[in-house]
Amino acid sequence: MTTRAIAIEDAKTGEVTVAAYEHPFLVRLCHWVNAVSLFVMVGSGLQIFRAFPSFGAKIPQKDLLHWPKAFAIGGWLGGALQWHLTFLWIYVASGLLYIGYQVFSRNYRQVLFTPHDIPGVWPMVRHYFFFGAKPAAREAYNPLQKLAYTAGIGLGVLSVLTGIAVWKPVQLSWLAWLMGGFHLARLWHFLVMCAMVAFIFGHLVMVVLHGWNNFVSMLTGWKKEPEYRVE
Amino acid sequence: MNRTDRRKFKSMTRRELLKLTPMIALGAFVIPKLRSPLLKAGLGFSDWASAKLFREGHLAPTFADSALTPLNKFPLNTYDVDDPEVDLDNWTLTVTGAVQKPGDYTLSQIKALPKTTQNTRHVCVEGWDVIGRFGGVRLSEFLKMIGADPRARFVTVECADDYYESLDMATAMHPQTLLCYEMYDQPLTRGHGAPLRLNVPTKIGYKQAKYLTDLKVSHVLEKAGYWEDQGYSEFYGL
Repeated sequence: MTTRAIAIEDAKTGEVTVAAYEHPFLVRLCHWVNAVSLFVMVGSGLQIFRAFPSFGAKIPQKDLLHWPKAFAIGGWLGGALQWHLTFLWIYVASGLLYIGYQVFSRNYRQVLFTPHDIPGVWPMVRHYFFFGAKPAAREAYNPLQKLAYTAGIGLGVLSVLTGIAVWKPVQLSWLAWLMGGFHLARLWHFLVMCAMVAFIFGHLVMVVLHGWNNFVSMLTGWKKEPEYRVE
Repeated sequence: MNRTDRRKFKSMTRRELLKLTPMIALGAFVIPKLRSPLLKAGLGFSDWASAKLFREGHLAPTFADSALTPLNKFPLNTYDVDDPEVDLDNWTLTVTGAVQKPGDYTLSQIKALPKTTQNTRHVCVEGWDVIGRFGGVRLSEFLKMIGADPRARFVTVECADDYYESLDMATAMHPQTLLCYEMYDQPLTRGHGAPLRLNVPTKIGYKQAKYLTDLKVSHVLEKAGYWEDQGYSEFYGL
């Protein structure tokens, strides 16, 4: 998919810089609202987890880990539940708006990993992790990026589904049943959160490595001097 | 490719950045004065959605006897004492509010109603869950016996340890909502709420009050419950 681009002329020097419009407004809005709400959901979720930091029986209770209160949101179980049950709506709304926009604008082709992208994954892995040559970029996202973002969006969907199963194990008992019952659904919800945090960590590392122009593109939509050819 | 100059590009990107300013609204959650009403509204919205999802005829999953958590591994959660020293011999349930027959009801009067036994999951707000066996009479049968006003909206209970709780009428009328006097086919132990407790498989654990002493049918909710009044969800349907 081709990205809209513009040539910027410096009136004094006559120098020309190219910029590509990578992120439409709604994608940027959803990205930042999602970032804030995910931060609150993970933080308050960890405070909720502190009330029973185990996935086994209550008697005898074997704690998995003691997450420090300083790295949690809400102060106590009731407070954390207020944050969690408030921001879940903001989190879900930003997710639905994002997916809806991507589908209707057909912009999803920018991020959706398809079988077409499979051959390009290994060269990117070799480049990132084993000092391989950098494959030529042809569009905004390389195949490995598409794989990562598609998986990240999938994790978002799973975080909501496992969360609903934990919240509504009776009225939506079929959902909890699909996940092996309430008890396991709570474990899946936690593991999806862990995977999400790992994704965000990788994402932030890449943001730092790719520099200022790349970061600014998620604020203004425009990326100066893209690494790929634009028309 | 379109062309522009640096100044125009700068003003265009600035405009794009300004479009994100509505996000500042989320900052309201950082202001202490606004935070608690906002979170209260959010929790209230979740409760509203919860009540909408509640279906009268939908039963909570039930389990085989082999799936039961043994009674000695069924946790006792109390907010102050495990045993409020109820005088079991002279105990009665005091009924008030929008009912035709208020008064004191003995355990044998309650036990005279048809008995229901069920193996259901008990989910604690802390996150743990157990599967227990509960026996008692349907709260709906008891409400019929005392002539509760069908237009009333809440059933509230008070307990020997000063705990108190409330149920919306739809949940009170649910076929699995029990005035429970047995667990695991034995009379309730003192720790589990002797002689009478609530068993509500469609609700979170803290709604399942123990050591009941008073039951009131009402049109308005005066107090939602011990934990609810400290900020927990009022509805918390599962």
